[in-house]
Amino acid sequence: MSEQTVSASGEPGSRPGRSISEIVIRIAGNSQDGIQSIGGFLARLAGRSEQEVMTFMTIPSTISGGPSVFQVRIGSGEVLSAGDEADVLLAFYQHSYEGHIAHLREGGIVLYDSDHVTVNEEWAGRFSHVGVAISSLTIEAIGGTAKDKGKNIFALGLLAKVFGLDTNKLLKLMDERFGGKGEGVLQNALNAYHAGYAYEVGDLLETFHFLDSTRRDKDQVVCSGNESLAYGLIAAGVRFGAGYPITPWSDIMELLRRELPKYGGMFIQCEDEIASVSMAIGASYSGGVAVTGSSGPGISLKSEAIGWAVMAEIPLVICNIQRGGPSTGLPTSVEQSDLNIACFGGHGDSPRVVLAPRDVEDCFYTAMEAVRIARQYSVPVFILSDQAIATRIEAFAEPDLSALCEEIGPDFTPVPTHRPYDLSPEDGVSPHVPPGTRILDGKYPVVTGLEHDEMGHPSGAPKMHMAMTAKRRRKLQKLASELPLPEIQGPDSGDVLLVGWGSTWGPVSEAVNVAATRDSSFTVSAVNMRHLNPMPEKLGDLFDRFQNIYVVETNDGGIYGYGQLCMILRARFCNPKIQGINKTDGLTFKVREILDAVSDRMALAITA
Amino acid sequence: MNDQNKSAVAEPQDRAPVTKKDLTADHPTWCPGCGDFSVLAFYYKLLTKRQVPHENVTTVAGIGCSSRFPYFVQAHGAHFIHGRALAFASGVSLSRPDLHVFVFGGDGDAFSIGGNHLNHTARRNIKMTYVIMDNYVYGLTKKQTSPTSPIGFKSKTDTWGAKDRPINPMKQLISSGATFVARTTHTNPNHLMAMMEAAMDHDGFSVIECLSECVEFYPGAFDKSNPRKGGEFHEVPADHDVTDEFAAYRLAAEPFPGYFGIFYKVNEPTKNKNEADIIKASSAKFVGRKPAEILQQSFNRMK
Ligand SMILES: Cc1ncc(C[n+]2csc(CCOP(=O)(O)OP(=O)(O)O)c2C)c(N)n1
Ligand code: SF4
Ligand SMILES: [Mg+2]
Repeated sequence: MSEQTVSASGEPGSRPGRSISEIVIRIAGNSQDGIQSIGGFLARLAGRSEQEVMTFMTIPSTISGGPSVFQVRIGSGEVLSAGDEADVLLAFYQHSYEGHIAHLREGGIVLYDSDHVTVNEEWAGRFSHVGVAISSLTIEAIGGTAKDKGKNIFALGLLAKVFGLDTNKLLKLMDERFGGKGEGVLQNALNAYHAGYAYEVGDLLETFHFLDSTRRDKDQVVCSGNESLAYGLIAAGVRFGAGYPITPWSDIMELLRRELPKYGGMFIQCEDEIASVSMAIGASYSGGVAVTGSSGPGISLKSEAIGWAVMAEIPLVICNIQRGGPSTGLPTSVEQSDLNIACFGGHGDSPRVVLAPRDVEDCFYTAMEAVRIARQYSVPVFILSDQAIATRIEAFAEPDLSALCEEIGPDFTPVPTHRPYDLSPEDGVSPHVPPGTRILDGKYPVVTGLEHDEMGHPSGAPKMHMAMTAKRRRKLQKLASELPLPEIQGPDSGDVLLVGWGSTWGPVSEAVNVAATRDSSFTVSAVNMRHLNPMPEKLGDLFDRFQNIYVVETNDGGIYGYGQLCMILRARFCNPKIQGINKTDGLTFKVREILDAVSDRMALAITA
Repeated sequence: MNDQNKSAVAEPQDRAPVTKKDLTADHPTWCPGCGDFSVLAFYYKLLTKRQVPHENVTTVAGIGCSSRFPYFVQAHGAHFIHGRALAFASGVSLSRPDLHVFVFGGDGDAFSIGGNHLNHTARRNIKMTYVIMDNYVYGLTKKQTSPTSPIGFKSKTDTWGAKDRPINPMKQLISSGATFVARTTHTNPNHLMAMMEAAMDHDGFSVIECLSECVEFYPGAFDKSNPRKGGEFHEVPADHDVTDEFAAYRLAAEPFPGYFGIFYKVNEPTKNKNEADIIKASSAKFVGRKPAEILQQSFNRMK
């Protein structure tokens, strides 16, 4: 239980109708019970109530059925992670109860389906147990059709009652969700909901209500990281994509396949990842910026073609939704072990750009930035998201679409002359001119993966390779000089600087907040790195202001004891104060894990 | 992008016809006598005969001797990676219906490393013309066995003579779902030209296997198909029904030198058309809307 959670929800059972500012609910059952959809309803409701929300879910690796979990943390203030421990465990089966009790804080509430769960006497004293015959009451409510599915909505009604959730908003959400599926479906859902809501929890359980949100600035949208990323690409003007299915990247391609035609674009499902990246590069060559993506092994297959795009200087966006590796690895768990392949996974010197979004909202803006950089510098750009960000749902302020959306249709205005690999600009940037453009001096470009001269014709001359290698590198150096320094959270100099990237940022940032409330002999600050390759030029100055720099990463410390980003930072800055905090359990960091690791390191540092 | 240049120039209104000279770029690096020269010569001839606007021709290739093609053509071109030219060209063709997309490459590029892309580009019927310059050997890497090398061919990787059975290019192309499949040879110029023209006119994925001798590593490979070398050149019989798949397989089953001409040709919807239809149906509700407005609707559903 994080300290914030203690202060927020207090001891259960003290006073009915108590106000709370935050709650973590863990729902455990089987995937066919619609666990994800209760979570989805709660998350959307929170979004519509201007509350902050963050979820965590597991996707079962089996196709149908299998245990499934959805954890939702709703807060009236800032919510940075899905919560270390749950305040409430809603358990549908014995295995859900036994398997997840460890995630419940001491004194938390177990709400269980008494048709399937028998209480373990050992735990009876440690947690408040409330049994409700969810299965049989649902069957009663929806007219004996005994649909397993109604159970989730019954439970939603129950939760709505206990936590004083806004029933009108929930009913509207249900109407939107089920309304199109026929009268009967919606009616069943409503019946199940009302039965759950009307159930008398009575003395068994106190009820709560949420404090008003402290953040009422803007309309909120609620979606997953993959949705946010895909819509960010569309907002940035991407109109062509190609891919091959693999978890957890597939949702992005499914969404783009469905949505792009509305904008006159298309997404092609290819025969494999090599075809996908090649087709996307072909489309980018034709004008615009195309996208491809994958996870795990699929990224390896794209390496050769990405090298071509670096050499030929063609813009491209590659989404890498990281999962656990190597090989098929952990397809439905999170890991940040693809930083090396993103930055260096090519033969030859092949500089490319790597960006990582830090949360669901940031997926949208990172995608937009990726497209902008790809176009401006004619370079492939990786978006390094990860399974945790991809699958979780968050509420965030709605982007101002009319101000942000870009249209990047190709420009075919004739040019008098064109050198595709012009060496004269100091920053190395030479824009791409797509086919269809008339070149009035009659000298047409060939874009190529062979080392070439300024016109794109093969040249293996030593001087040419040196000049062109430097050109491709200088573009990234120029970009580095333009990148802003990351914002420091906490004191802007001091004892400890945590460096987060991707999904570690939420818990890293929360760790800084928690550390600030503690009486500690050292200060804790943090930065998030969106720009991983290249890094902002002046990052070293920022690091110099701290005594200890801990790079928090969900990957292995490796042979030399440093994680992937940590290794790059050490190589870049030659700063021995840069150390790593790593783990490889396939789960996002808990706030406590980070704080414990920092305390251990600092204790060592102080005694040393 | 190039804004300064662009504002300064106006496109010349009347254009002189495109000549072979306009289309000629680097001097080919092929060995003297290489069959690939004829294919290039007839590509120039095709483009000058058809007078396609110069800038709307895109020449794409993978890697191999034959794949050097784009450097020798003065038009927009891309020299991609080994075996993946069709996937690249698909991206060009699908996103740019205004372009004529031609792909050139070798037998290794087409049938070995690129074999799967060939199958899938064919079944999708993506509009482009693909000329496989088949020399029964890996030329660029200097004489290794290719998937079309006949049994007994002595290469550096089969010094005792190739043992693996070669593929039958025609059978494979027909079964891949290609909607235009033809066979020709570099030693018969009129025939080569006729096949290139027919392929270019086909609305869909048109593929030609053109025997193209590697004088360096497999000299004489195709003599049996060349009457000037004592061989025989048989055109596809006049009564062959090009829409009859089984008849096409029967022609393909003939031993070398076999037949030359169009084996198979049918009209099927192209992927270009199918995608355009999807776009039309999906965007009908949004005609006249800005992208931001369309996107706003999606965001409204996430509230
Ligand atoms: C991924 C990759 N593997 C291997 C090569 C080396 N390579 C270049 S061309 C070629 C074979 C060329 O044979 P073919 O396609 O028949 O073309 P030809 O030279 O005979 O015209 C090979 C193996 C390469 N360029 N890329
Ligand atoms: S090696 Fe063979 S295929 Fe290559 S250019 Fe020479 S003759 Fe032609
Ligand atoms: Mg060959």
